[in-house]
Amino acid sequence: MGANIDLILKIAGVGILTAVLHAVLEHAGKKEQAHLATLAGVAIVLIWVVQLLGNLFDQVKSVFRLF
Amino acid sequence: MAALEIVQIVGLALVAAVLVVVLRPLRPEMALLLSVAAGVVLFLLVVDKVAAVVGVMRELAGRAGVNVLYLGLILKIVGIAYIAEFGAQVCRDAGEGALAAKVELAGKVLVLVLAVPVLVAVLDTLLALLP
Repeated sequence: MGANIDLILKIAGVGILTAVLHAVLEHAGKKEQAHLATLAGVAIVLIWVVQLLGNLFDQVKSVFRLF
Repeated sequence: MAALEIVQIVGLALVAAVLVVVLRPLRPEMALLLSVAAGVVLFLLVVDKVAAVVGVMRELAGRAGVNVLYLGLILKIVGIAYIAEFGAQVCRDAGEGALAAKVELAGKVLVLVLAVPVLVAVLDTLLALLP
């Protein structure tokens, strides 16, 4: 049960961190690095979400005998 | 206790909703990913209950002599409908109404494809009854 809430908080943490990093880098004049940092953050969260979706589809496949 | 389960689920949903609202102005794509992740987590909390109910249904159908094939078909259709609905809802949240409509269309077509054999079976039995 605990693991679920951790994942949501982890994703939110990475999201907020990316947003702040983007703002800081933009303010410091390094616009390219800012976009790269945002891209990295989105990529990390995307990997987690895709793993989660894979898990969901496996569960649905097993429960509803969809194979 | 099932009653406590709903409290946990609603708590999780509220936390996720607040975090999505925080993230939306800063990084809209993160907010979308967070809402998808929260949706999946909430379903994973409930899926073992769904599995238990499906097991009981299957056992009752077996006892009642209902052909397991049809129950399997119903479960398949429910599974397809759920996944199509999940995908369509995520697309709609992201503001892509057109994509959501396409996903729903695909879901309907797939369910139809599964339902056609049953229709044929029903028609055959009806024709057999007629004099």
